[in-house]
Amino acid sequence: MQELKENNHLQPAMPACWNEETKPHKFCPGCGHGIILKALGEAIDELGVKDQVVFGCDIGCSLLSWDFFATDSVQTHHGRTTPVITGMKRANRDIVGIAYMGDGGGYAIGSQHLFNAAVRGEKITIILCNNCNYGMTGGQMAPTTLPGMKTETSPYGRDVEETGYPTKGPEMVAAVAPEGAYVARGTIANVRQLKGFIKKALENQIAGNGISFVECLSSCPTNWRTNAKKTWEFVEKEMAQYFKVGELRTPQVKEG
Amino acid sequence: MAEVSLQGEQRVFMTGNEVVAWAALAAKVDIMYGYPITPQNEIMHYWTRLAPKYGKRFLQTEDEISAGFTMLGGVMTGRKAFTATAGPGNVLMQESAVMAEMMRLPAVFVIQQRGGPSTATVIYAQQETTLTAFGGNGEGHRIVYSTSTHQELFDYTIKAFNAAWTYRFPTFVLGDGYQAKMREPLTIYDPGEKGLELVPTEPMVGENKPGKQFKYLRNTYNTEDELYEVVMDNQRDWDAMAPKVVEWSEKGCEDADIVLVTHGVVSRAALGAYDLLRAQGKKVGVFRPITIRPFPDKQLLAAVQKAKKLLVAESAYGQLLKLVQGALYGAPVEIVPVLRPGIGITTEELVEEYNKL
Amino acid sequence: MAKVVKIALAGEGGQGVQSIAEILAEAANEEGKNALYIPNFGVEQRGGVSIAYVQISDGAIGAPKFQRADILIPLSPRAVKRTKMHAGRETVYIYDNSLVQEAEVNDNIVGLQYNDVTPPCPAAGEPNPGSAPATSVTAPNKDLPQDMIAGDPKTCSFTAPGPGVNPADIPAEVKKVIAIPANDIAKEELHPRVFNIIILGAVIAATEVLPLDSIKKALETKLGDKFKANPALRDMNYKALERGYQTIKGAM
Repeated sequence: MQELKENNHLQPAMPACWNEETKPHKFCPGCGHGIILKALGEAIDELGVKDQVVFGCDIGCSLLSWDFFATDSVQTHHGRTTPVITGMKRANRDIVGIAYMGDGGGYAIGSQHLFNAAVRGEKITIILCNNCNYGMTGGQMAPTTLPGMKTETSPYGRDVEETGYPTKGPEMVAAVAPEGAYVARGTIANVRQLKGFIKKALENQIAGNGISFVECLSSCPTNWRTNAKKTWEFVEKEMAQYFKVGELRTPQVKEG
Repeated sequence: MAEVSLQGEQRVFMTGNEVVAWAALAAKVDIMYGYPITPQNEIMHYWTRLAPKYGKRFLQTEDEISAGFTMLGGVMTGRKAFTATAGPGNVLMQESAVMAEMMRLPAVFVIQQRGGPSTATVIYAQQETTLTAFGGNGEGHRIVYSTSTHQELFDYTIKAFNAAWTYRFPTFVLGDGYQAKMREPLTIYDPGEKGLELVPTEPMVGENKPGKQFKYLRNTYNTEDELYEVVMDNQRDWDAMAPKVVEWSEKGCEDADIVLVTHGVVSRAALGAYDLLRAQGKKVGVFRPITIRPFPDKQLLAAVQKAKKLLVAESAYGQLLKLVQGALYGAPVEIVPVLRPGIGITTEELVEEYNKL
Repeated sequence: MAKVVKIALAGEGGQGVQSIAEILAEAANEEGKNALYIPNFGVEQRGGVSIAYVQISDGAIGAPKFQRADILIPLSPRAVKRTKMHAGRETVYIYDNSLVQEAEVNDNIVGLQYNDVTPPCPAAGEPNPGSAPATSVTAPNKDLPQDMIAGDPKTCSFTAPGPGVNPADIPAEVKKVIAIPANDIAKEELHPRVFNIIILGAVIAATEVLPLDSIKKALETKLGDKFKANPALRDMNYKALERGYQTIKGAM
């Protein structure tokens, strides 16, 4: 800190498990990924599990986190991060496996993996960034696009008659996962709470209780074509109105 | 928990699917991932019966995509892992296969070919030869062993794990529904007792050592040049490896006018025809690629120097044929195809086809 | 070059043709011969004609299936029609001329056509406790749920009378045609369940590559426990075997 002051500029504190060399990161200005990954980084730091972590990232913007952490990291295919991390954990139960993905990877192309990992109660942590659209490919409609929301492939607004309602992932996981699951939905609008959720999700895996799933409401000003104020309003109000923030499942405390 | 050790050589009489499970056990595989599809199911059935006795694991996934990718996860943690599939399942598994190609993961796939296209039959074909050898996007590399007897199924399944972990290319054992379901004798053994060393595995990620050097494994690249380098590096490794891995077998080609070219289970019919025709004094030879990739093209070219005609027979419509044509491009030898997609080829049929020439 | 004896058996699901083929191939293997057995299998779990291909030789065996059988044994009117392509000039043709119905399917035989059925796992042994860890491939898999692996050779015979095989369906140009009313013999003289054992005896007589004792040994391996519990069952099976054997021996 002294050094920073001497150089006359102040840098934000980085989680120790981040890889400084790859910062600043590759996400767009105003993107929520950086906030989620900071919450995740701090949770990893606090638990002191950096060396056990294998961080898996999907395709889509989450891909840009492939060298984000100073931990073992695996960048997989679109939708396939859940099975890759599942396979690792099944083969080596000592790792802390984290599958990081977007809403497309989790709720569309990889939905069968998420669903079945939940049903089987895979002892892994899945963190899913929900930004209501496919960001990397240029803002198409996603499973999480809100009713009436305009995207490249729903230019007149999402028509729920034609395309159904936004996927409620945590609700689905909570409905099918066996006892021992931890399921929550956080938001980048409340980082303290989000970090708490993610930390619990990691602890739940380490305790070997069951699947841990945290959806994070996030932002995509680039494709939403919103300024800072509008972006924040969308995350805090419109998204949170449809996607209720909070814990959906917590493992029962074992007696004795 | 007992260590796996097959004591001495033992002659057994079993189905090919059971052979694969025993071979995986002999190769000291840690975990199998799988999704049901005929005709490979009994590999999983036998594995799930045998595995728990030796502390081995199994995961039944939600589909073949997941079976492939969970296996890659297992392999990345340094565990010996494999999966098995067929037909449409093989199509779904290509996605994980290409990731293994790009990331140089020692994944092992056992393919028991069935009829195609689509669901077709659950019985038999050689119609997944091209898919298995070249099924990915990009130009990834993979080793493909095509077996023809239960003994080979045992030997080459063990070999596949060794090749995969030595060269770090995904490796396929290409069987078929006939081999999967038929029963014949073979000798199973402990590789160690035969002086056959099992190549040790090592974790790529997930090793819990304080202060370890973390690793990034990836398959996405930002620029053309970055990708070019990776692909060419892989190509160079492959070129250096290919002569060491390529396998074939031939018989009677030295003086043969006509050479029968087959692979996999059809080679049994070719050998049967060879015996019958040679007994009649006919100058016939047989050539069989054991590795479909790398393909023994130089060896084939050398073997047919004296031949006037080649009879290329396969239970597919021209998949082996294309490889043969590629290898022999420009050579002054007539190629006569016997193409029977999705149906078995018998010894008698090959003799008949020979007599038509 | 060693001669390869090619045997094709065909019948309705539940007639036990796959069991016959399996016992035959196992017995040949035990005799130190090369044997290859492959069932035909499709997506149908039941119904349809089931064919089993067995080859026995002192030398190498080629393709798993073949065109013309040395011994062709269709056991139902439908099987007679379905196996015409396997009959050749050198074929000994044995068929069941009992007056049975066209086809009768028994629900208990679901899966018998070896679609996705895991046969008994004789090779899955237990590691020897104490001594050097090893896997015995001869010990049966006692610790498995027995209903998963149990191997009653599930057979049935036709009970409803019918017109039987139409003589016009019998291929004309074969080496020899032998009719054996195995179904009737089983039903009237022995027990419907030993129908396929009669056929097994017939096959041994026709092929002349295996001694009858080798089949008795194979039966003992497969059904030894049941025989011990019920010695009459052994007698019944042996009687059926002999009956099938003698019928064909007499006709050859």
